[in-house]
Amino acid sequence: MGGLDSALGALWASVSQIFDPFCGSAGIFTWFGPGTNLACGDAGWGDEIGFGFKVTVTLATVTLPFGLLIGFLISLAAQSQERMLRRAAAIYTTIFRGLPELLTLFIVYYGMQILIQTAFSAVGIDERVEINAFFAGMIALSVVFSSYCAEVLQSAFKAIPNGQYEAGFAIGLSRPKTMIFVILPQLIRIALPGIVNLWMNLLKDTALVSVVGLTDIIRQTGVAARVTKEAFLFYAIACALYLILAVLSSIAIGYIERRTSNAGANR
Amino acid sequence: MTHVIEMIPPRAAPPKRESKINSARVLGFLLLLLWALLGFGLLSMMIGNWDQDKFVKYGPRFLSGLATTVGIVVVSISCGAVLSIPIATGRMSKNRIANTLTYVYVYVFRGTPLLAQVFLIYYGLGSFRNAFETVDLWWFFRDAWYCGLLALSLNTAAYQAEILRGAIRSVGRGQHEGAASLGLSRSVTFWKIILPQALIVALRPYGNEIILMVKGSAILSIITVLDMMGETRYAFSRTFDYQAYLWAAIFYLAIVEILRHTWAAIERRLTRHLKR
Repeated sequence: MGGLDSALGALWASVSQIFDPFCGSAGIFTWFGPGTNLACGDAGWGDEIGFGFKVTVTLATVTLPFGLLIGFLISLAAQSQERMLRRAAAIYTTIFRGLPELLTLFIVYYGMQILIQTAFSAVGIDERVEINAFFAGMIALSVVFSSYCAEVLQSAFKAIPNGQYEAGFAIGLSRPKTMIFVILPQLIRIALPGIVNLWMNLLKDTALVSVVGLTDIIRQTGVAARVTKEAFLFYAIACALYLILAVLSSIAIGYIERRTSNAGANR
Repeated sequence: MTHVIEMIPPRAAPPKRESKINSARVLGFLLLLLWALLGFGLLSMMIGNWDQDKFVKYGPRFLSGLATTVGIVVVSISCGAVLSIPIATGRMSKNRIANTLTYVYVYVFRGTPLLAQVFLIYYGLGSFRNAFETVDLWWFFRDAWYCGLLALSLNTAAYQAEILRGAIRSVGRGQHEGAASLGLSRSVTFWKIILPQALIVALRPYGNEIILMVKGSAILSIITVLDMMGETRYAFSRTFDYQAYLWAAIFYLAIVEILRHTWAAIERRLTRHLKR
């Protein structure tokens, strides 16, 4: 088993080595980097920036499902019959749409640190706790994303006529089944443009997590800029990488939109 | 054979059995309770850890930070509004060069994080010190406040240009044609017919943009601008008192909520002729 595992690991390593867009065999820095500050390996900053790129993409993609799920639940609560539930959801969206993202991040980051510290000292462990920046960033960004997402989904819910629910109940589907099989597919199609905007904002907001020490694009290019004194070059590269992310996601989203607009009945 | 002589007298429908307690109500109650507990905890923390020295020391700094934030937002929104007019014009022109240039401008500024733009302008342009000294512009790019302002203005100009363009596009063709058939000149048509209708459409997005700027200006604290967020970070770095962030949160929430409600009132007032 161990042999197979290591073989698979080696295979994966070589595959990712070949297809790495920065320092792989066909990577941009492998071809244009050598001799400059952007070389791969110890000679330059190419591989560090490539790593930062992966961290940024990972953070955004990991945050997305949590944000969508929480946002969906909040939007359900916001249109519930129950006044108390609506009020609680409204407080949530008001707070997290009103706070600057940076402040939310600091509150989550330092707040969690203090909470865990007090919990530890209550148990009797006296150790300095350092919160993982990735984790804190994930929570803060999910919270911000979800509060905006709730708003988008709520207006999408309003676009679905009541008859859809009634038809679902009339053919004997339970409430959860009506929601999942009848409402949700239509909801996704209606809410997609709004969610696409939120995804773009999420990609940009990940840059803020570099402030609490996440080694993302901004952090890595910033370190490179400080060491090499070529700040303009490296920050321009950072901007270019974010632009590439935006272009790539708009291509992917265009594909999804074409798929979803073909599905379902024309209205 | 029997038959019914007396009908059963009509009765009221049985009362609907509706339990006072359902899951949604319980959940809502619990969540509200959670918020109330959080708010209470926040309040008790602020009262319990009240420190007169800190208040005297950091309170005035906090207020000056608030003034800085407001100043930054006002100046950058105004500069952005001025800048956005040529950009929106370029976006709508049939000239291919102007169109492409402004499209690229808008795409770049909307597609990259504000933080990266701020760094690019403050640290990136700052590395061309000699060039700026020869043209006597170094005083501008040396100062974090000016650089932050420049970045915010350029950023919001891109967004405002899109708002403006979308709003002008949203005015129907018939309005143009109607004005043309009345023999109005192009400039009169634009100023008296198109723009008033467009601005009403643009009102809500402009309000959102101002709120986004209030939130975005917090980013300038990272390049040492002492706005409200900057003062908060300063206070936290000196005292390690978590309350600093909570105060900042309260202030930012208050600003945003006041803005939102004022803007909604303005919008209601300006669109009262559209109500049916």
